[in-house]
Formats: sequence, structure tokens, C-alpha cells
Amino acid sequence: MALSGLQIFKLLPKTNCKDCGFPTCMAFAMQLASGKAELSQCPHVSAEAAAELGEAAAPPVRKVTIGSGDMAVVLGEETVLYRHEKRFEHPPGVAFLVDDSVDDAEFQTRLDTFKTQEFERVGQMLRAKLLAIESADAGTLAARVKKASDETGAGIIVMSEDAAALKAAAEPIKDKKPLLYAATASTFDAVSAVAKELGVPFVIKAATLEELSELGDKCVAGDFKEVMLDPMSANLQDAIRDQTYIRRSAIKKKFRALGFPTIAFPCRMTDEPLLKTVYAGVFVAKYAGIIVLDTLDPAQVMPLLILAQNIYTDPQRPMQMDQGIYPINEPGPDSPLLITTNFSLTYFTLAGEVEASKVPTWLLVMDTEGQSVLTSWAAGKFVADAIAVFVKKSGIDEKISHKKIVIPGYVAQISGELEEELGDWEVVVGVREAADVPRYLRGLST
Amino acid sequence: MTFQAPVETYKGAIRQIDVGGVAVGGESAFPFHSFDGEMPNDPKIAFEVWDIAPDDWSVTLNGVYGDTFGDSVAWAKKVVDEFGADMIYLRLRGTDPNGAARSAADAAATAKAVVAAVDVPVIVIGSGDVERDPEVLKVVAETLGGTKVVIGNAEEDTYRSVGAAAMGYQHSVVAFSPMDVNLAKQLNVLLSQLGLDEGSILMDPTTGALGYGLEYAYTVFERDRLAAFSQNDAKMQMPIIATVGQEAWKAKETKVSEDELPGTGDLVTRGLMWESLTAIALLVAGANIVVLRHPESAALIRKAISSLKGEA
Repeated sequence: MALSGLQIFKLLPKTNCKDCGFPTCMAFAMQLASGKAELSQCPHVSAEAAAELGEAAAPPVRKVTIGSGDMAVVLGEETVLYRHEKRFEHPPGVAFLVDDSVDDAEFQTRLDTFKTQEFERVGQMLRAKLLAIESADAGTLAARVKKASDETGAGIIVMSEDAAALKAAAEPIKDKKPLLYAATASTFDAVSAVAKELGVPFVIKAATLEELSELGDKCVAGDFKEVMLDPMSANLQDAIRDQTYIRRSAIKKKFRALGFPTIAFPCRMTDEPLLKTVYAGVFVAKYAGIIVLDTLDPAQVMPLLILAQNIYTDPQRPMQMDQGIYPINEPGPDSPLLITTNFSLTYFTLAGEVEASKVPTWLLVMDTEGQSVLTSWAAGKFVADAIAVFVKKSGIDEKISHKKIVIPGYVAQISGELEEELGDWEVVVGVREAADVPRYLRGLST
Repeated sequence: MTFQAPVETYKGAIRQIDVGGVAVGGESAFPFHSFDGEMPNDPKIAFEVWDIAPDDWSVTLNGVYGDTFGDSVAWAKKVVDEFGADMIYLRLRGTDPNGAARSAADAAATAKAVVAAVDVPVIVIGSGDVERDPEVLKVVAETLGGTKVVIGNAEEDTYRSVGAAAMGYQHSVVAFSPMDVNLAKQLNVLLSQLGLDEGSILMDPTTGALGYGLEYAYTVFERDRLAAFSQNDAKMQMPIIATVGQEAWKAKETKVSEDELPGTGDLVTRGLMWESLTAIALLVAGANIVVLRHPESAALIRKAISSLKGEA
């Protein structure tokens, strides 16, 4: 049962030593109560208090890690229902499913495809990091799990209804933290015993949230922390209800039995290829931890990964581009030079319009800590002296033969000062909206 | 401890408004949260139609509509008869003074012909040029007097004249605000102060496409809806329209072949995913009308809506 901040405070040392990083024990207690701090941050808490607090201090949605190294997928630790309330913490892990319909030759082809498939976006490498391997045959399962893990380094979801088969397949790669799928009401004892023995996470699944909660209760009672939930939603209506109920129960009611991340199988909810990915999109928005696909089509996987990146962007920390020179449409020494800020949305919108204009152009992107043109100007970041320093150091003068720079129309007021700061440069005030840029650029070149 | 369903009930609901004979909105909880409240009307799929032939659309779309470009009536009939459009979103791009600069009378004649040719509601939108839109939309409102349509956009710089034109001829309006909860509300307040009935306003809170600001639109939609539900704010209870197609098909990824973007897969599939993932995310966040371009993404969204309603 969850404790209030005051109840927790009574169990703390009350020395206000600040070793936890908070100014007072009371402040720390309040953070613990809302699931935003971990008890382990206090080095002085007594063993009895720790035992009593352990349950209350755990995050409302348990942290689960699947896989290892670069491919490790961390899930859980979520604290909100809407991203604007704080942020969504860990983007869903995308898994690619291989089942018995795939023969050995095709299996190899898919592993090879999986290995190489990654997408760069706003400085992040996006990819499916998990392989879900399912087989009714214990020997096939073990062989494929081992091969998939060895060749790709991916986190593996081992799928079988038989606890002994799960154990045989997972044991050789147990240090790589495979996920066992799945324990049902009838196999809970056997599968959870394997999970405990190997020290790996496992999934509990049930067709109703009542039944799933009963299994979740057993996990809490058995001190299993790395557990995932499959509510077996039949359609998207059930999916939204199940995912929403699970998240609300965990966060608003501190209901421990459902305080775990979820796994979803949109690939098994419809037979239509593209529709599976649209279904997956609903799971990205609505809280799923792992989303299992049965396609490696990059035209579907990349958009889905970008959706996850978008939804899990911290609303307080906008995505940023690297500062620097961005050539668009193969510019030459005479091509026009535009400058803007490194807010990723500003960059993408502007770069898209410049590309569409087909006019070869140099784009100078300045680090304004991810703020847009007007915001960073108001904050004193995108202002004449700072811009002048950046332009001079950027190395753009080695690439162009002119000294003319176009600034965004929204900061027309800095043009005079910027000209003074830059010395022998001509500063031109461009348009305010990106949509007007193609016309503007075409006008410059005529 | 046993599981108890954590239902959320709200004080407020979205207004149900009549868009040319089709009921939109009316839900008392987030879309498809049938465990929390009612959703009397399905979200609607509108198709975009232009008054001129677009010269910057993706080759994928040109392949679908090329034969109707320049003939708005044929285009509108195609999306209704072949693609099952619930509504038409007629964009009078040709009235852009920096483009084709069509006269208001010509554009209104096009709108009138489209309205006469189809039996679904029509939303008539100007070019987006704030100098030109008031003049064009006034003539459109007048020419379509007697037929109930939606005109737009009414935005900060144009709401007085566009709102007045709508009121004069009993049309509804689309209130367009630049991706901000407070600005959206302010515009709704200004339009009601003008005398416009709150039941004749649709909100367009600005759509950002996948990879191009979708997260901002997603969160603004959610916050708009929370204001409507939790705070019961009457000035935020208008149904939301999202211009998904126009934003999604602007993305480079929907226009550039795999030769130029190696490892990104088939251009057509990529475009369909860009449009349908943008649409599905915004439908879950609160959109009542999504304006789409490609019939196949519309078909995907229609099937996803069925599943979201528990019908499939």
C-alpha cells in the first residue's frame, strides 16, 4: 500500500544532510511518495525503515531491462498519463517476430536484414532492438534463440508455452537478459521459477485485467520485480482500455499488481500488413512497453520508430540539431546563405522548404539550445553579437565567395547591429514564414 | 488487493455540431475511451480537393488524382464516389495572390459547383493569405448562401471579416490557431464575442506531421480536450479538425524515392504510413475530423476506427 509523504518522512533519519540531493528529508519524502525519487538515494536509512519503505518507494511502473549493451531496452519508470504533465520516460522497444512459419533459410535472411536496419534522425540512431523468437519445437526454439542472440546482439523475447523449453532456450544467453514469454495462470509457478533461477524478466498474460492482477499479485508477493504484462487485447478498443487502465492503476492508485510495463502484439490483431503498423501506432501513443511487429519493411518500421521518438520527446527539452553548415541542393560558392536556429522543428521545416525550392542553398544552423527563432531572440541567444561570433567561426567563409547572409524575417530588428558586428558582410532580412522561402529563394536567384 | 476499473468521468463534453447535415463531436471523454464516457459520433474523414492543379504534390498523389487536377468537380466526385469521403475540404489555393491569383468570383463559382456536385458536407478554405482570404471568403459565403457549409480559416488577422461573412449567411467557420492552447481559446472567445454561435465553430489547432512537430500537435490536442472535459471550458469544447494530409505529404519522406533515401523502403508505402500514423495519433489525441489525401491511408484509418470502436 502506498504511503504518504508524511508517513515516509517519519521513517527517514530526519537529519537534512542533503546526501540524497534534496534540501531536506521532507522534500525527499515528498519525491519518494510521488515516485520521482528512489530510496537508494538516501545512504543513511535504517534497514527496518528500508524494508517498510521499499514497497512505497518503488516507482509506480517497475523498471525492466531486456537485452544488453547497445541493444539494451529499458522500460517502465513512467510517472504520468499525459506527456505534457512531465514526459514519457522510455520509448517502446520495437520487436520483430519470427515464428514457425519461417524456415531456416528465411530466418537467416531476416537476421541479416534486422542486423543492418537502422535509421538516423535528429542525431539519434533509431532501430528495432528486439527479436521475438517463437517455436512449438523446443529444439528449434533453443537453436534460433542462440543464433539470433549471437549474430545480432539483440535482446531476445523467448516465446513458448512450455516452461522447460523456455529454460532450455534462455539459459545459454541468460546474461543477455532475454524476456520469457509467457506465464499464464496455469504455468505461472513453472515459468516464474525459471525466471528466478536464470535471473531474467518474464511476461504474465491473461485475458482480463482481473486475472492479470491476480498474476501480478503473485509477482509482488514473490518479490519479482522484472515483469511485463500482456492483457491480450483482442482489438484496439480493448487495447486502449487495457493500456489506459493499467497505466492509471499503477500511477494514480499505486496498484502494484499492474505496476509493470506492457507488451503488445499488433501483428496478431489483424491480417492486413499496413494496418498492423497503424495499430502499432496506437500502442505507441497509448503506453505500450514492447510493440511486436512481423515486418521489417523499412517503409513501415522507420515511420513507427519516428512516431515513438516524437511522442517520447521531453516536452521541456525540444529536439536539437547539431550546430553547423548544412548544404542543401548541392550549393556552390555563389549560392545564398541563410541562418537559423537549431530547434529541430525550425530546421526541418526550413530545410524542407529550401529543398522543395530546388535552389542550391547554404543553411547555417546556430546552437540556441533548441529554441525557435523568436524564443531564442527573446532569450538573448539569437542576437547580433552571438550570431556574429558564430558566423565568423563557422568556416562558412571558406565555402562561399560572397559576404551576404539572410536572417529570418522575425528578427529584422537585429540586421543593423549584426552588420556592424560582422564588419564587411551584408545582412539581408528574409521572410518570416518557411512556407514563403521557396518563392523568396527563387526571387534571389533571378 | 483486487483490480478495480479506474474510470475517469468528466464534467464537460465536446459540443455536437452540425456540419452540413453531418453530426460531429459530442463525446464526453477522449475518443474511443468508451469506458470513460460516450462517443456518439465517429470521427470523420474529409478529403482535400483544390480549385487548381497542385504543382508541389507528391508523385504518389499525382498518380491518384492527376486525371482530375484542374477539374475540382471531377476531383470531388472521385473522392466521394470512389473513396467514400465523409466530407470535402475544398482548398481555394488558386486565390493566393502570389500564385494563380484567381478572382473571388471564380473561386466561389468553383465552390458552388463542388457543393452542387456532391451530397457530402463541404468545408471551403481560403489560400491562407490573410490579405486575400477575407475578400474571397465573403464572396464564397454569399454565393453559397442558402446551403450550409463551413468556411475558413478564421484566424487572428481575419476572424472579424470571416466570422461576419459566416454569420451573414448562416455558415459555420474553421477557427485556425498556431499550435497553442491559449491562442486557440482566445480565438474562440473572439469569435463568440463577434456574435458567432459556439455551435458553429470547428477548431483547427494546427497539425504537425510525423517527424515534423507531431508531438506538439499531439499534446496541444490533448490539452485542448482536457480543458474541455476536466475544466468544462465552454470556449474549448468545439470539435477539432486536423489537416493531416497537407502536413504529412509535405515531408521529404513522402516525396523522395528510395534511390535518394537509401534503406527507407518503398516511396508509396512510406507516404501511406506517414499520413496514417500522423492521423491515428491525432485521432487518439482528440481529432474529430481528419483531412486526408490518399485513399489507401483513408481506408487504413477507417479500419483502425472500426477496431477502436470494438467492431473488428
